[in-house]
Formats: sequence, structure tokens, C-alpha cells
Amino acid sequence: MHPFTLERPRDVATAMMLGARGAPATEYIAGGTDMLPLLKDEVLRPERLVAVGAGVLDDRIELGRDGTLRIGAAARMTDVADHEGVGETFPLIAQALLAGASPQVRNMATLGGNLLQRTRCGYFRDVGVVACNKRRPGSGCAAMDGDNRMHAVLGGSDQCIATHASDVAVALVALDARLRLRSLDGERIVALEAFHRVPGDAPQVETVLAPGELIAAIEVPAGAALARRSHYLKVRDRVSFEFALVSAAVALDVEDGRIRMARVAMGGVGTKPWRMPRVEQALAGARCDGTAYRAAAERATDGAVPRGRNGFKLDLMVRTLVRALEIAGGQA
Amino acid sequence: MKVRLALTVNGESREVLAPVHKTLLEVLREDLGLTGTKHGCELGECGTCTVLVDGEPVLSCLALPVAIEGRAITTIEGMAEGGELHPLQQAFAELGAAQCGYCTPGILLTAQALLDETPTPTRDEIKEALAGNLCRCTGYTKILDAVELASMRMGARK
Ligand SMILES: Cc1cc2nc3c(=O)[nH]c(=O)nc-3n(C[C@H](O)[C@H](O)[C@H](O)COP(=O)(O)OP(=O)(O)OC[C@H]3O[C@@H](n4cnc5c(N)ncnc54)[C@H](O)[C@@H]3O)c2cc1C
Ligand code: SF4
Ligand code: FES
Ligand code: FES
Repeated sequence: MHPFTLERPRDVATAMMLGARGAPATEYIAGGTDMLPLLKDEVLRPERLVAVGAGVLDDRIELGRDGTLRIGAAARMTDVADHEGVGETFPLIAQALLAGASPQVRNMATLGGNLLQRTRCGYFRDVGVVACNKRRPGSGCAAMDGDNRMHAVLGGSDQCIATHASDVAVALVALDARLRLRSLDGERIVALEAFHRVPGDAPQVETVLAPGELIAAIEVPAGAALARRSHYLKVRDRVSFEFALVSAAVALDVEDGRIRMARVAMGGVGTKPWRMPRVEQALAGARCDGTAYRAAAERATDGAVPRGRNGFKLDLMVRTLVRALEIAGGQA
Repeated sequence: MKVRLALTVNGESREVLAPVHKTLLEVLREDLGLTGTKHGCELGECGTCTVLVDGEPVLSCLALPVAIEGRAITTIEGMAEGGELHPLQQAFAELGAAQCGYCTPGILLTAQALLDETPTPTRDEIKEALAGNLCRCTGYTKILDAVELASMRMGARK
């Protein structure tokens, strides 16, 4: 590791002042489960780290009277997954968390850090590889004609096709979550769906965060009707402790065997957590049966662009989504 | 930049002067001589470096010790009490749940945290708790058996 200093600010204001200054090169660190690997592999070489875990940022998990869930950015994956209110009201979130990483990692990792974890593209994480536009803007993309089996089929550009690897972000996007962001200029609220950016011609810019700006909290609007019939299904190369090839988060509001409203997002397939509005539209008003699920699921691949080795994801997306819908909605 | 660290390891207060960027794994092994904690992938993927912090399993290869000052760290050296093996250690030895033994310290501590919270776990709960601990030798069956055996013996003793 490149040597660095570590600041443990007493409060958020101090953290943001340190974070907003351009020099020395500074990165925030929370649970460190993504930051440490990136430091060890020298993908990142900051001169200073600023700790923003519990004690600096809020780690409370609160279910409001109106059903809104508020998760402090420093809350650990384990604590959110084990929270009784989350399990009852938003089981999709607990399922997605427990489908990710390992118990040890979840005991350390925060929700804020989870949303900001960097891609698992092997070329990005290997500084021995020259061509990676995300790591070295303008250097090319080794994945384009290389080993792109794990890469994105939605939201890519000719500059970068790296997936966003978070599981819980997929569930949160499906549930219309929004983020409270804090900077020295104050607070703003951004929909999680609008938080991550597609690579376009600047793959190194991954979110709308301004320099020094922090995620303070995640808010999930009340969704009791949807929460009851929901499911997170993750398909991976081995049964546990692996990133998704394809995952699906679905939540259905069903009455008398008919879907009133559907929320659908997929992971492992997009350059950011990918909401599926066309699938949702196709499901709205449909009966809960295999034919309707299948017809709707086929819309998931609209606009998908396979690149070499990841073409299998198109079929797998449809099948994963049908299965998730069957589990969540049942058969009328 | 070196910092003075005040760590509580296996119930003892230990002071170390170490560079900030040294991981807890490195400080335990190199500065405190506690080499029972093993050094595997270094990237969070194998679980062999697991230690307990306030009773919960975490990965020492991804932890910066400054962040853990004042909290109780337990390593494999702290598992036996007064020369007597922990029932998990006993069961692992009897059932051949360790072969090369490299994964064993991390697995024992992870299993200890499980049994402290859930004294009679189901087989699936054991599997889930140990999902982050890889073993290249045993094929896992004997490990799961040994955790079950220890759980039964610990229950019988109460
Ligand atoms: C072996 C392994 C397997 C994994 N498997 C999965 C998986 O299957 N599914 C999954 O979803 N994830 C998986 N992960 C990723 C893991 O969930 C993330 O590493 C973790 O959530 C990051 O949280 P952290 O608190 O440790 O973040 P850190 O590593 O501390 O930080 C990550 C990034 O977030 C920034 N940051 C952190 N908090 C804030 C904040 N509040 N505001 C602004 N910036 C902030 C940091 O600057 C850094 O850039 C895996 C990780 C490992 C090591
Ligand atoms: S896909 Fe993106 S992250 Fe991976 S090599 Fe190409 S530019 Fe880099
Ligand atoms: S050495 Fe820490 S997880 Fe492998
Ligand atoms: S006994 Fe050899 S790795 Fe588990």
C-alpha cells in the first residue's frame, strides 16, 4: 500500500471540510471493505483517508410512523439485514443484503459504502493492465474485446461496460429509494436511480456526488402493499459468496390475482443498478400467471447490447425474472 | 506516519507503534507475535484472517487497527481457556475437521461467534455463518459435523 495518513474527524462538518479540499489527495473510508482492497492493489493511491463510519455519520435505522424507512449511511449491512422492521416491512432489502458478500464483510461494511463500491471488472482492479478508461481516462477498455463474461449488457458505451456490483442497490432502486446527500453547501435529496451515472464518454465519473459530498442517509418511501409480495433472486457461478451474474428484485401489488403495480430492477446486467420500467408497464394490470410473467420479462432485454462473452446474460435475464415473479406473485 | 495504538487483544491491553496503513492482520502477526491468525487472499475473499471484535467475526486483512481501538479483539490464541481447549477445538481435532489447518483458526472463531449467539444452530445456519470461510482440503462436511458436535456437547454441559 501507498502510505497515507488517516483522519478521524469529530463530526461531519470536519469530515466534509477535509474531503472537499483537493490537496492532499483524499478519499473517505467507512467500513473499508472495498477501500482496503483498492488501496492494496494501488488502484487508488490517496495521501489521506478520512474516516466517515459510525460516530461521524448516522448509523441509525428507523421505520417512521408513516412507513418510511430511513437508514443512516454508516449503518452496517448486518444491522440493516437483521433489523426487525426492515425484515417485516421491506423483506426485499434484507434478502438482497443477505445475498451479498459474507457474514464477516457484512459485519464491517456500511450501506453508504455499499452504494459506492467500485466495479469488480478485473481489468479495473489490475493496475498491470494499461487499458481501462475508468482507472486511466483515455487509455481504452481491455474488456471490450477481452474477458467480458461478467460485464454489462445495458447502459454501456464504447468506453466502458463495467457492471455496478451492489445487490442491495438493486432492491433499493426497485423500491424508489432516495439519498440524502450532504456537503458544505447543505443537504439535497437525489433519487437513487439518478445517483449513479452511465459511463458515456466519462466512465471515471460514476455518480452525481460533488467533491467532498457525502451520502448521509438512504430513505425508502412507504410501500406496504408492495412489500408483501417481493423477492430478490440472485444467480451466480457458485451458490454463496459470489457476485451476481444476473439478479432480479421484484415487488408486486396484487389484488384478486391481478397485478395493480409492479416494481422491477435487475443487477449484474447494467452499468448501474437497472430499473425496468417497460417490464413494470407490461405487468401492470396483468394476471398473475406464467404467460404474463414471461411476456413482461421479455421486455427486460429491450436495448440490451451483448459484447462477446456476456451474450448468455440475455436469456438468463428473462429466466431469472420469470422465476422471481413466480416466487413473488405466485400463480393465480 | 506511525501511530501509537492501544489495543485490547484476548483480554490484555497491548500498545504498539505502527504505521497507519498497516492492517490489523499485520499488526497482530508482526508486532504482537500472534501468528495464529492466518494470512490468505488479503482481499476479503477467504476468511482465514477472521478475528472477533466485540464477539463478532470480522476480517483482519481489511481492518485498520486505529478504527478498533478500545474494542475487544479475540484471536485464536485466546480461544482455549487456562490450557483447556474450547469444545469447538476439541471437536475439530476429534473429527478430523482440520487437514492442513490453514483455514481452521478463522473457522473456529467464526463458529464460536455463531454458537455464542445461536447455541443450537441448524445445519443451514452453520453453513450460512461459515459461508465466508473457504477451505481447500476438507470438503466442509467434517467442519459442519464438528460444529454440530461441539454445539451438542456445550448444550449438555449447561
Ligand atoms: C469478498 C467480497 C465479496 C463481496 N460480495 C458482494 C456481493 O455479493 N454483493 C454486494 O452488494 N457487495 C459485495 N461486496 C462489496 C461490499 O458490500 C462492499 O465492499 C461494502 O458494502 C462497502 O462498504 P464499506 O463501508 O466497507 O465501504 P468502504 O470500503 O469504506 O468505502 C467504499 C467507497 O465508498 C466511499 N464512501 C463510504 N461511505 C461513504 C459516504 N457515506 N459518503 C460518501 N462516500 C462514502 C468511500 O470513499 C469508498 O470510495 C463484497 C466485498 C468483498 C470484499
Ligand atoms: S469495462 Fe470499464 S472498468 Fe472494465 S476495463 Fe473497460 S473501462 Fe475499465
Ligand atoms: S486474508 Fe482476509 S479474507 Fe483472505
Ligand atoms: S484444512 Fe486446509 S484449508 Fe481448510
